[in-house]
Amino acid sequence: MPPDPNSFPRLAPGCRLNEKSQQPRMLLMPERALRLNGPSLEIIERCDGKHTVQQIIVDLQKIYSKAEPLKVEQDILGYLTLLQNQRALDFG
Amino acid sequence: MTTELSNPLALIAELTHRCPLHCVYCSNPVEMQSRSNELSTETWARVLEEAAAAGVLQADFTGGEPLARTDIIELVHAARAAGLYVNLITSGMPMDESKLAALVEAGLDHMQLSFQGAHEEIANEISGTKSHAHKLRVLEWLKQHRIAVTLNFVIHRRNIDQLEEMLAIAESSCATRIEFANVQYYGWAFANRENLLPTREQLEHSVEFLKREQERLKGKIRIEFVVPDYYAKYPKPCMGGWGRKLMLITPSGDALPCHAAQVIPGLTFENVKDRSLREIWEKSTAFQKFRGEAWMQEPCKTCDRREQDFGGCRCQALLLAGDAAATDPVCSLAPMRPKVDAILAGMNSPPPAEIFVKPNWLYRPNPS
Repeated sequence: MPPDPNSFPRLAPGCRLNEKSQQPRMLLMPERALRLNGPSLEIIERCDGKHTVQQIIVDLQKIYSKAEPLKVEQDILGYLTLLQNQRALDFG
Repeated sequence: MTTELSNPLALIAELTHRCPLHCVYCSNPVEMQSRSNELSTETWARVLEEAAAAGVLQADFTGGEPLARTDIIELVHAARAAGLYVNLITSGMPMDESKLAALVEAGLDHMQLSFQGAHEEIANEISGTKSHAHKLRVLEWLKQHRIAVTLNFVIHRRNIDQLEEMLAIAESSCATRIEFANVQYYGWAFANRENLLPTREQLEHSVEFLKREQERLKGKIRIEFVVPDYYAKYPKPCMGGWGRKLMLITPSGDALPCHAAQVIPGLTFENVKDRSLREIWEKSTAFQKFRGEAWMQEPCKTCDRREQDFGGCRCQALLLAGDAAATDPVCSLAPMRPKVDAILAGMNSPPPAEIFVKPNWLYRPNPS
């Protein structure tokens, strides 16, 4: 089920970024780590409980203005769903 | 197959073999290490720094019971200071509310809490200790804190029919992950194997149930489970491959590619007191022994799956086939698979009634 556009995604307890000084940037969680590239890092940084799903989509569409906006939206929704299923995100 | 060496991703820090429980499935070696040989706080702190420098992302504090170390708070601090993600794999036993708060304060990211059953009677039988009620208390305390929580239910013939009750415990807790971990046969579990293996019928029923519940709880609780590999068609990619992703340090500082590696004769293990972690990872003969493909026998040598499962588990090959370089006998393509089939046949079609009676267990003692 795709996330509600008006919900506020937030990293789940025990799921965090590595230090800003550490490269590559990683999302660390129990028994798993995800390497974060440009778009995925932009998304995760906005999963702070203060951005709605819709705001994240709008922000990324601005940053990646050359990309097809619908594709950006679909990719973000897919990524957020994946992270929720791994229990790395909560939606408030 | 690529021959470039990757760096280790997780450091399994086996802090001690001391433990207040006596679980009959324990994967610690049957010969445990004495308290007097345990590494100091300072040495562990250095090892954690070296691990981070070598590219390790996570430290798994385990044992025995890691909370048996009086310096556990300092060790959690040291791991975070080194830039590592910190896991604690614990029975929850030597813990009170203030210790839990201190662990979280020190930067603990994730706690994996073990459960031996769904209720007192079975938990006490399996662990040889009154432990279940305390674990439930720990579950309540955890609700006050912001860390990741995984419940690890260790599954075998004596409790595989209690999955529904186990799930109920998990659902009323703050855990977001559950591992239904079927026992694997090493250490004490190997000694108690004939009393731990589930029947095929029990296993099939459990898989059906867990698949349904996994779907129901998707997005809310992540359920993970693996069948005991004696019942599988192909072997597990043990440790993600020998010397590929994981490194274990024993209480006395020996660096092993996995927790059971000491069963393999002719391997010498280097110690972190004598050499840096990175050097041991890259150069020690024990870590090099089963890297790459040159050591493989047929059918592994030319098998399509060899880059997926690496021929399975070396220690299991030693335990079941007497040869650590053999194809893991649980593999359906292994020459020794008939041996595993015979073990399973003895307890299926139909299961003899006596296998459901409470057995005489070999309990894991507490080392000196």
